[in-house]
Amino acid sequence: MGYPHKSHPRETPVLSRHFGDPDARTLAGWRQRGGYRALEQALGQTPAEIVTTVKDSGLRGRGGAGFPTGMKWSFMKPGDGKPHYLCCNADESEPGTFKDREIMRWTPHALIEGCAIGAYAIGAETAYIYVRGEFTEPLQRLTDAVREAYAEGVLGARAMGSGTRLDIVVHKGAGAYICGEETALMNSLEGRRGVPRIKPPFPAVAGLFGQPTTINNVETLAAVPHILANGADWYRGMSLSSPKSTGTKLFSVCGNVRRPGNYEMTLGFPFGEFLHDVCGGPPVGRRFKAIIPGGSSVPIQTMEEAEATRMDYEGFVAQGSMLGSGGVICIDDRQCMVRVIARLARFYAHESCAQCTQCREGTAWTTRIVERIEAGDGTFEDLDTLLSIADNMTGKTICVLSDSCAVPVVSGIKKFRAEFEAHITQKRCPMRASASASTVAVAAA
Amino acid sequence: MTMVTLTIEGREVEVPEGTSILEAGKRAGVLIPHYCYHPGLPVAGVCRMCLVEVEKSPKLSPACATAAATGQVVHVHSPKALEARKGVLELLLINHPLDCPICDQSGECELQDYTYAEGRADSRYREPKRFNPVEDFGGDVMYVPNRCILCTRCVRFMETVAHDPVLNVSERGDRAVIGKFPGADLTNPWAGNVIDLCPVGALLSKDFLNKARAWDLDRAATICPNCSQGCNAVLEVRDNVVVRMEPRPNDAVNRYFLCDPGRLDYRWLNRRDRLMTPTLEGATVDWAVATAAAIDAIAGRRLHVLASPRLSNEALFLLARLLRHAGGEGWYTVPTGPEAPLPGVPDLALRADRAPNGRGAESLGFRRTDDAPSLLAGLGPDDVLLVVDEELAGATVRTAAGVVLVVGTTLPAWATGALVALPIANMAEEEGTYTNLRGRVQRFLQAKAAPGSARPTFAVLADLLVAAGQPADYLLAADVFAALASEPPFAGLSYETLGLHGMPVPE
Repeated sequence: MGYPHKSHPRETPVLSRHFGDPDARTLAGWRQRGGYRALEQALGQTPAEIVTTVKDSGLRGRGGAGFPTGMKWSFMKPGDGKPHYLCCNADESEPGTFKDREIMRWTPHALIEGCAIGAYAIGAETAYIYVRGEFTEPLQRLTDAVREAYAEGVLGARAMGSGTRLDIVVHKGAGAYICGEETALMNSLEGRRGVPRIKPPFPAVAGLFGQPTTINNVETLAAVPHILANGADWYRGMSLSSPKSTGTKLFSVCGNVRRPGNYEMTLGFPFGEFLHDVCGGPPVGRRFKAIIPGGSSVPIQTMEEAEATRMDYEGFVAQGSMLGSGGVICIDDRQCMVRVIARLARFYAHESCAQCTQCREGTAWTTRIVERIEAGDGTFEDLDTLLSIADNMTGKTICVLSDSCAVPVVSGIKKFRAEFEAHITQKRCPMRASASASTVAVAAA
Repeated sequence: MTMVTLTIEGREVEVPEGTSILEAGKRAGVLIPHYCYHPGLPVAGVCRMCLVEVEKSPKLSPACATAAATGQVVHVHSPKALEARKGVLELLLINHPLDCPICDQSGECELQDYTYAEGRADSRYREPKRFNPVEDFGGDVMYVPNRCILCTRCVRFMETVAHDPVLNVSERGDRAVIGKFPGADLTNPWAGNVIDLCPVGALLSKDFLNKARAWDLDRAATICPNCSQGCNAVLEVRDNVVVRMEPRPNDAVNRYFLCDPGRLDYRWLNRRDRLMTPTLEGATVDWAVATAAAIDAIAGRRLHVLASPRLSNEALFLLARLLRHAGGEGWYTVPTGPEAPLPGVPDLALRADRAPNGRGAESLGFRRTDDAPSLLAGLGPDDVLLVVDEELAGATVRTAAGVVLVVGTTLPAWATGALVALPIANMAEEEGTYTNLRGRVQRFLQAKAAPGSARPTFAVLADLLVAAGQPADYLLAADVFAALASEPPFAGLSYETLGLHGMPVPE
């Protein structure tokens, strides 16, 4: 549902059905709503059967990369004599994204059930949920729910009364965006500095504590119980476009939009209708200028691109962007694109872990140039320099934070070059004409 | 061992499976530029300088962290790889102060080298540079954060080799600097290695600070003379004064490292209170006169030799011959101190025996004494004491020997009454070999000139043998070593076979 708004009739509430319903937070309430039946059913199946079901469902990673979940699980070789681990990435820090937060706030047991099934399917006894440090309320809800699950025997040495041991450890991060990168998350969990590791080895070979590890996003794991309860065909059937994009996806909508919030849509829904109908369109008297559709790390879309987009993994790529995490940032015609990009670049410069040269230096340099242009002190040469730095920052580092900083800069300059040029020729921000005039007046006085 | 064959810059090379492309490149004779990679440290893969183009790979690959595989075709100098390195160099320099003219690292700086080789001639950076103040890291180490490229070699050395994790990366983004954990200092006896490991001028030696420009230094391969480990080192000399000792890689002895007590104890090689001329009863005389007087004094008396464990095998061999000829006994004494191992490297430590050639002296028939003063005090009028470069520093020494002869770099205070004193070169002023505590024979080369008319120890001792009627026709230290190696324990070795990394004494 479009929490905090009422559900829109064109939504397909699966994960979000119980958002806003405090009773769903308790174990008893969750059981009343059909909870933990999927886990019970799963514990009666073999792990391989579960992996096959998830594979057949077409479920793909909801954290941003969109890797097929069943295939990821199948990388965990059973019987290799090593402990396996499941990590749940609940370090939701991507600007514009706040869907995992609502899952943990309203349906913590959905995540616990998903983690338990996932752990069982990959041969792990322990699942770690790494929760973003700033998520005070979700952490509390999750911790309470885990405690309840242990007390009721859902988790523990004999999970659900079966012979299987399932443990869940909730770990609080310390507030670093980079710890949402899977290997940095593992370093952080191990008590090290949260910096990404070189891959290979991939987590399925040597992940947490050097052991085979699978890491999944909150939304991905929360979808698993529904798939098991209703069958792979049911899930695969929920698609309005490509057979490669199945099921529902939560979209967090924010920015200059009339009804910001979380919306759960069947993949393949027309993006234009989503923005204008489901989300209510731009604020009164304004029009959308640009959309960042999948969290701040994906290319900015012009409205022509956005209107033509199908909301699935392939659809966003076809229109010059990516589905990403589903964090839809709406930008209307009163916003200065240079300022938007400067703000995004500053975020990445602040969050760079400082390992790779291109990222450490490139994000900061990019920020300084864009901020200087925004302040009216830019040159046309700066635009070339920005693109050149961005090229240097793309595809050359351990993780993609560096690329993520380059993405809005490149797409911004490419698609909104006129705004950059206006800043340069007018030597001020055209959007803040009156503001800068008053600044001049103050300075003169 | 499974081998893989790959092509780097058109050169085919075969390496063991698991070798990185960077190491395979070295094997093929292709230097792949890099900063954070160091063969003695775990791979970090962070500087991104070693990015190379591997055919069929969509992205550039870090050569340090990519395993060589059969069939790989690697391009190090392709336009794409060059462009990437140029980009890294530009980014490394945007906040760098470009203060090469006042930087100690200048001339031996990898940032400088690669920038000259492959970097841009100009910078496109127009913003203010980041500034952080210089910090004293304790020990011999000073940190200049503005020059730091955050390669983390120092952090990894302290953590994984010294097992003393004092350093870290503090902060993140471009605010990141190398930091010390609160209350900790770089006082580990091996901490000075971070200075050598630092590829730029960020970690500097306080001892060497502003002493010399790299291009003014003369360098000679040596063996650290300060303990029995026998670490391979380089003596660096400016205007005939030793100003620095740095490690020289040798996997069999010290890998890439040298301890602080070892590297900083070089000043004795520059002593000014040296014996300058041969003397007889305190008066300067010709070498021939002094040598003949010494041999005359030995005749009819019992010879006692007190030899320094800093003497080369060559010198000790000739001394042993003199002893055999004249009849007598040879002694040596070794100063000791606490042992300080480097945990990350097997069998590497600052050894308790603080002299380089005790083992050599032992193998050539000298006996160790821990109480040389008593030994000397016990000598009588029928004894000759020949002191070879041993001062017994710090001890109260009195001897009743009938004759005292000195062959040395200095004249000890207790031996001013010596009949004859012959000046010799110290270990930095001559060449020779030492045998380390594990029996490895290693060469050291001459690094500077000896003062006055001091001569190489082997030459002075050979003259004594000749004066005594013994054959000793040696022009070079190598000739002495050849004679030494004609019989056990050194049989079969030569300067050629020893090379600059040494060989174990044959079993």
